[in-house]
Amino acid sequence: MSTHFLLVEALQKVYPAAGGGTNAPVFEDIHFHIDRGEFVCIVGHSGCGKTTILNVLAGLEEATSGDAFMDGREVRGPSLDRGVVFQSHALMPWMSVLGNVAFAVKSKWPEWSKEKVREHCTGYLEMVGLGAAIDKKPAELSGGMKQRVGIARAFAIQPKMLLLDEPFGALDALTRGTIQDELLKIVQATHQTVFMITHDVDEAILLADKILLMSNGPHAKIAEIVEVTMPRDRTRAGIHHDPQYYRIRNHLVDFLVNRSKTYAGAEAGMFHDPRNPPLVRPGLDGERAPVLALPTGMAAPQLKQVINN
Amino acid sequence: MRSLKLKAAVISLLLFLLFIGAWHMATLPKESTSLAGASAEYAALMGKGAEKSGGFPPPLEVGRAFVKYLADPVYDHGPNDKGIAIQLGHSLARVGLGFFLAVLVAVPLGFVIGMSPLLLRAFDPFIQVLKPISPLAWMPLALYTLKDSNVSGIFVIFICSIWPMLINTAFGVASVRRDWINVARTLEVNPLRLAFLVILPAAAPTILTGMRISMGIAWLVIVAAEMLVGGTGIGYFVWNEWNNLALPNVIFAITMIGVVGMLLDMIFGRLQQLVTYRE
Repeated sequence: MSTHFLLVEALQKVYPAAGGGTNAPVFEDIHFHIDRGEFVCIVGHSGCGKTTILNVLAGLEEATSGDAFMDGREVRGPSLDRGVVFQSHALMPWMSVLGNVAFAVKSKWPEWSKEKVREHCTGYLEMVGLGAAIDKKPAELSGGMKQRVGIARAFAIQPKMLLLDEPFGALDALTRGTIQDELLKIVQATHQTVFMITHDVDEAILLADKILLMSNGPHAKIAEIVEVTMPRDRTRAGIHHDPQYYRIRNHLVDFLVNRSKTYAGAEAGMFHDPRNPPLVRPGLDGERAPVLALPTGMAAPQLKQVINN
Repeated sequence: MRSLKLKAAVISLLLFLLFIGAWHMATLPKESTSLAGASAEYAALMGKGAEKSGGFPPPLEVGRAFVKYLADPVYDHGPNDKGIAIQLGHSLARVGLGFFLAVLVAVPLGFVIGMSPLLLRAFDPFIQVLKPISPLAWMPLALYTLKDSNVSGIFVIFICSIWPMLINTAFGVASVRRDWINVARTLEVNPLRLAFLVILPAAAPTILTGMRISMGIAWLVIVAAEMLVGGTGIGYFVWNEWNNLALPNVIFAITMIGVVGMLLDMIFGRLQQLVTYRE
């Protein structure tokens, strides 16, 4: 066992095929870790099993093989230690905004008095800017506000780790930006450990310390781990003035457009160790990928820097 | 909106008056063609020629029945002559008791079946076979085993109310959004809180729809059941008045059955609104 806060080892998921038997594994040989206070995004094309990985971490689904450990304990079944924000916000429409958050808070601290629960919930709802809407029903809120309630609900139980499944996927660009800013502020203030799925490269760069790049499924693997080397006090307004931003962005887009398809193939077979995926820092200029002993006639992989720790 | 309601009310009233008018015209006593001497006497002897032999009662006569029964709805002059409120009360009590027992069985059972795909499949053939049986077909079995006509009536209501509620509850529980259950699971909500705070409110609109359908069927069935078992109730009243050949009373009773049925449906409509949520 290591000292990492979250450790995932050799995770694999195989879904049964329609006519009996099994399909090819969606993903396999997934190894990664998250340290306390880290914000990790996972990026990859649809069908590479990102949501399944998140569900395994949440305890909602079981992996076919492999293990996940959090805080030294095996992840087995759902737990209040891990808060989840669902893509579809998943608010209960018959409860008020406050009721939805209170439902979570009462589950965590059943012995609390009504006033204490209300005070606690109101605090978190104010944190996401919904102090005025606590008695409304979810149906009266816009999509962005609903997702804010979902975030407040997840934060309100003060989980050791937060799991976000494409929380802003269904929102328009403007709303998304505002909530990203809020999330950024909250995370910077609380040092919450976060694991988040996203399709949005800019969102990943803005929020994450590390970005896990997944190759396409089936047989998806973690191809690379991109470290976002920009300072932590980023803002959405200022981030694109940083010269590192475009280097990281280009690297990510290049991966998603060109390399994610082939990664499971030749490149992976030759140079890729799934147990220890290369950690790259495309943001830092002038650092070249270390020269590997290539078989003749084979192009070097487009890596800026590889650090094997 | 208000004017639409008003217009509809005016048209309803006109339709009603038109209906009464047509009824009145159709049942006007036919003036007996003047019969001479012995013929007329013979006709009178045979009960013909007199006004009351017109056959179907005219609206005025039915109106008199309405006034007579509604003026004193709670009198009790022995087993064959009770006020309309008493008769309706007996019917409603039977329906209420049978329906209540059916709720006690159908909702918890539907809950359990809905939660378990295995049980849903295991129970399905029984439900599919028992559901289409006319509730009155149970009557001989009920009378033989329960040995009491009143209890048998309640049993018939119970058996006809149970299926729509059972099916709707199971369906409602089985189709609760996966997301809501997952939220509860990640919050480590205990099974009791999950059942009462998540699944029940989520399935409540579907369950109430089942109850509304059941109540509608129960009210249809009670009339037929009471015609069979006799004694008391609005169904028995209809049958009794038919035996008396008092058609105005029968028409009055039919109208009452319709009005009470409508009120019952309205009550359940309100309840349904209470538990319906907007997503």
